[in-house]
Amino acid sequence: MRVAGIETEYGIVDPEAPQANPILLSSRLVSACRLWADGKTAPWDYGGEDPLQDQRGMRRDRATAGADMLTDVHEWDPAHGRISLRRRRGSWEDPAHLNAVLANGSRFYVDHAHPEYSGPEVASAREAVIWDRAGDAIALAAAQRYAVEEDSRVELYKNNVDGKGASYGTHENFLVRRDVDFDALARLITAHLVTRQVVVGAGRVGLGQRGERPGFQISQRADYMETEIGLETTLRRPIVNTRDEPHADRKHWRRLHVIIGDANCLDVPTYLKIGTTALVLGAIEADDERLEALVLADPVGDVTRVSYDLDQRTELALASGEKATALEVQRALLEISRDYAQSADDLQVLARWEQVLDALGRDIFAAAKDVEWVAKLQLLGRLRDKNSVTGEDGSAVPLPWDDPRLAALDLQWSRLGDGWASRLAAAGAVTRLATDEEVATAVSTAPQSTRAAIRGAFVARHPELVDAAGWSTVVLDRETRHGRLEVLHLDDPLQTSHPILDELG
Amino acid sequence: MPQTHASGQPYEDDAPAPEPTPGGAKAESTDALDSLLDEIDDSLQVNAEQFVRSFVQKGGQ
Repeated sequence: MRVAGIETEYGIVDPEAPQANPILLSSRLVSACRLWADGKTAPWDYGGEDPLQDQRGMRRDRATAGADMLTDVHEWDPAHGRISLRRRRGSWEDPAHLNAVLANGSRFYVDHAHPEYSGPEVASAREAVIWDRAGDAIALAAAQRYAVEEDSRVELYKNNVDGKGASYGTHENFLVRRDVDFDALARLITAHLVTRQVVVGAGRVGLGQRGERPGFQISQRADYMETEIGLETTLRRPIVNTRDEPHADRKHWRRLHVIIGDANCLDVPTYLKIGTTALVLGAIEADDERLEALVLADPVGDVTRVSYDLDQRTELALASGEKATALEVQRALLEISRDYAQSADDLQVLARWEQVLDALGRDIFAAAKDVEWVAKLQLLGRLRDKNSVTGEDGSAVPLPWDDPRLAALDLQWSRLGDGWASRLAAAGAVTRLATDEEVATAVSTAPQSTRAAIRGAFVARHPELVDAAGWSTVVLDRETRHGRLEVLHLDDPLQTSHPILDELG
Repeated sequence: MPQTHASGQPYEDDAPAPEPTPGGAKAESTDALDSLLDEIDDSLQVNAEQFVRSFVQKGGQ
């Protein structure tokens, strides 16, 4: 499969002090994570970031960029322009934006006002599940260490909305060939990103950005997607994000940065959001003509049309003039994707995708062990029935959707450790695709299928030598004939060994 | 992180008798779901509203 990775911004709360500053909480959590890592950690190398380069070929003028976009600010010096970072040690850090590069190849850090786990690069959907759950385990271990260090505690939530208007993201990244025309890529992947909600949505109580209308919808993020395509990620959020930062050889690769997805607490949606999207990208790279027939006429409107349609009956208008339901579009994409399976892993993704689509088409509750929004809806439905009252005509009236118990269940669903989704998994009520042992190993070991193996090994075995590490660099601080700060460039995401690492052992 | 949801009353008594399904796996999981539902119900009877109100996040990406 193509190289991919998942970034998760967690919701963070001090339950005894709900007003506590989330940036400070997150920063202390990263500090706690470093203590937990017991020396096997490195600072972040900001050398390679270019948040203002647009996939469409243009560059945003620095003066017009919002402060949120300037993630490379650490190496930006207004007096001198771009500084050669290699003269400056990564060990200098802004205390409000701490980073920990970890032995499993991931980055745990403060992004905006949230702790974020950026998982290591993986090369299969199953690896994506394993290292995504490893991130939850690391975040939870950091929270436990925090409780020891701080004499207070934090709770972490793997969701995307607070119900008051704020949204924070779970992003997927896919390596895509540079020679694919970006406008075509954006046009053709959109139908998948809009309709895959029915398979991978996490479910949400409340409709509208502030949950202002009572009800339940399929996706956490749907109400926050406001445009088809764009560079921003914190406002006017686009279905297709155009940030052009491949973290790989720019001549050969793009990175598709997908921001429409939900955080998932179940394994199957994590597996399918990576696995199916990777396959559809294969069809796009191959210029498969059948994809054109699935282009949606109104993709932004369709995001909520699909998310609000629990019965899966709404027909979406296609650009061709035809109509199709989200499930029909998904089934067509499944059939096209069959031609692009390249491995046993891909075949397993196709089989799981088909199984879930079949179940959803038959009776959504047949998919309750695999599809997160259905699992959540089922639990909510049972709670509503359990607390029903007798109406005037003698019939049972379930709890109304605006009852705070339902909103509370939705939020607590995603709490790391003891949340209801974790409890369902422990009760054997959801499908698991990775064992607890695999996840425990992935907490301290990087995937061996990508360059994360090199990054992780340096951090695990030689942390004292690592000045900083990024996605495509490891900066070593040691006396050499080149000078002290030696930058190892890892521009090929599939590189899994490095001569210097071999020498050092 | 401490477990904040102490289990409530014993639920074995009022759980419906498991249906005799072949394999028994489904009945087992339904039982587990029933007891979890009881626990959720108990836990949400107190201060669900306060919990929801105090869950406030800043926007992210």
